[in-house]
Amino acid sequence: MQLRPISFGIAALAAALFGGQASAQDTIKIGVTQPLTGAVAAAGNYVVQGAKVAAEQINAAGGVLGKKVELLIEDNKSNPTEAVATVEKLIVKDKAPVLMGAWSSTFTLAVMPKLEEYKVPMVVETSSSGKITTSGNPYIFRISPTSEMEAKAFGKVVKSYNIKKADFLSVNNDWGRGSADEFSKMMKENGIAVGTIEYMDPKATDLSAQIAKIKSSGGDTLILTTSVEQITLVLKQAKDQQLPHKIISTGGSASPDQLIQQAGEAANGSYHLVFFAPWFPDMLTYPEVGKKFAADWVKMGFNPAGLTEGFRGYDGILTVVAGIKAAGKADPEAIREGLWKVKAQGLNGDITFIKQGPAGKESGQNVPNVYVIKIDGGKVTKS
Amino acid sequence: MSELIQHGINALILGGTYALLGIGLTLIFGIMKLVNFTHGELYAFGAYMAYMAVMVLGLNFYASLVLAVMLGAVLGGLIEFVLLRRLRGADIDTTMLVMIGAWIALQNAEQLTWTGVAKSIDTPFPATPLVLGPVSISYNRLFVFVVALGLIGATYALINRTKLGMAMRATFQDRDTAALMGVNIDTIYTATFALGSALASAAGALLGPVFVVYPSMGDLASLKAFAIVVLGGLGSIPGATIGGFILAFVEELGAGYISSGYRDGMGFLLIMAILLIKPTGLFAQKERIG
Repeated sequence: MQLRPISFGIAALAAALFGGQASAQDTIKIGVTQPLTGAVAAAGNYVVQGAKVAAEQINAAGGVLGKKVELLIEDNKSNPTEAVATVEKLIVKDKAPVLMGAWSSTFTLAVMPKLEEYKVPMVVETSSSGKITTSGNPYIFRISPTSEMEAKAFGKVVKSYNIKKADFLSVNNDWGRGSADEFSKMMKENGIAVGTIEYMDPKATDLSAQIAKIKSSGGDTLILTTSVEQITLVLKQAKDQQLPHKIISTGGSASPDQLIQQAGEAANGSYHLVFFAPWFPDMLTYPEVGKKFAADWVKMGFNPAGLTEGFRGYDGILTVVAGIKAAGKADPEAIREGLWKVKAQGLNGDITFIKQGPAGKESGQNVPNVYVIKIDGGKVTKS
Repeated sequence: MSELIQHGINALILGGTYALLGIGLTLIFGIMKLVNFTHGELYAFGAYMAYMAVMVLGLNFYASLVLAVMLGAVLGGLIEFVLLRRLRGADIDTTMLVMIGAWIALQNAEQLTWTGVAKSIDTPFPATPLVLGPVSISYNRLFVFVVALGLIGATYALINRTKLGMAMRATFQDRDTAALMGVNIDTIYTATFALGSALASAAGALLGPVFVVYPSMGDLASLKAFAIVVLGGLGSIPGATIGGFILAFVEELGAGYISSGYRDGMGFLLIMAILLIKPTGLFAQKERIG
């Protein structure tokens, strides 16, 4: 009790120094919903770490609109129902004027009606299901590529991989099914035969049945779409069953460094589509941004294997802040307008939004870069 | 044809570990009349202990497996001693809620300790599989299969050939009469829970190196174990063994020849069909009346 006058004194001093607004309201809040526990927790934690690196850099440079950025991080528990609850809390209770999330396409699709209900914009950093930007939700601004964009980008170089017949193994959700559709369409357009298309539960660990079936299909390439945990399992079990296929993972969530660590020899010879290439800064549009991000990531004590996933959080926050800056005030509707004017220099490259979806209710969609890397001899190499 | 043989071998090996998971759960259910929601977490615990012993402490691979199983038994014994003993005679809803709480607490403790990033365990087995014509199988999985069969056999022997086993069977048939005959029910309960947990832990420690180790790995294991126990008949050890193999074959062949997207659905469809025809499961002993 005796301390109270002193803390009042400090508050008064702070108020005098910072223009009379020294309170929690002096920050601009950004709500973040990510899977921090559950099946895809590893990826969600990396995205949050990337977001923290961005917030740290932005605040060190003076914040935005003269205020510091404050991340409000909620765990959606790898579950679409929980994702909706986190969004509701961030908007209603915490009064966040803008959000970033929700990693999986399934979680993002689940929260979208809430964004429309409360009229709060969200920057989508990972999800790639086409439906997200084509269903007519004007509060969605996606920086990650759709499966269709990814397939098109890979289609430009697919000839050099000499594929005759491709089989597919996808996680059984909006992302996996969407990706299998788009990549098989692209393969057919390039005159490549499509063999068997198999699915697996996001939690499944034993994939031997799918692999035995793929082996008997007689294809030469396997297009694999799932989280890094399941990619590890597929690589190991494919080696166990001596699957002759060349394995190419899509979706950008492969974390090649983690695969090398955990799948060991089984990872050699696999190809991965990624959206950030920390191993080769010269491949990036803005090498300096990439180098600084990687250095700060390590400085903050994060696992280097998470860089390829963590970049999503960094670019996401960068985009949100650019939107706030363009809006000139931390108001949801103004930020939604502001996001359309964003021209950010991110880790993936230039971030700016084009319109997608039905006229009058368009969502924002960025056109990102896609890189192909190969794991060879326990190292990441340029493909 | 070679595809069918490969599916068959895959199913046989998967079935061994399913049976191991099922036996542990059915023992606890049969003797203690308890729905054990922590079974999957003991599975994850076994895997993490094997990870710690092999990758952190650098112990011998085989010694690590033994250590993981022993620690699983200790943790199981503790759960019984600390939580369940106090709830003896309590309402089934109360016990279930406590077990669900323990499940959530254990899973979050795993995530807190080991983070959400999946871990892998190195094995002494060669990376190239054993190839027999068109069919191949990894040495690690072969090892898991043999050990699982050995553990199932040992559990049978323990239940049917030892004095402890006889006391367990007596408790299963009639708790009160067994107590009157001088069986210490508290000891039997702790021993049963520790044994069931040790089996779950063994399954986790064996499969950890085959797959990867992550905090939510127990959820799926739990679900499968429940399915196997219901399929085989609650409390029946032969039922859980055969149920484990049946589930593995249905999943493997269903995924291979019908649809891999509905792999887990196949198993549950079969269970529904069996329960419609035989509501007690395949091998349940008759409920004692009175």
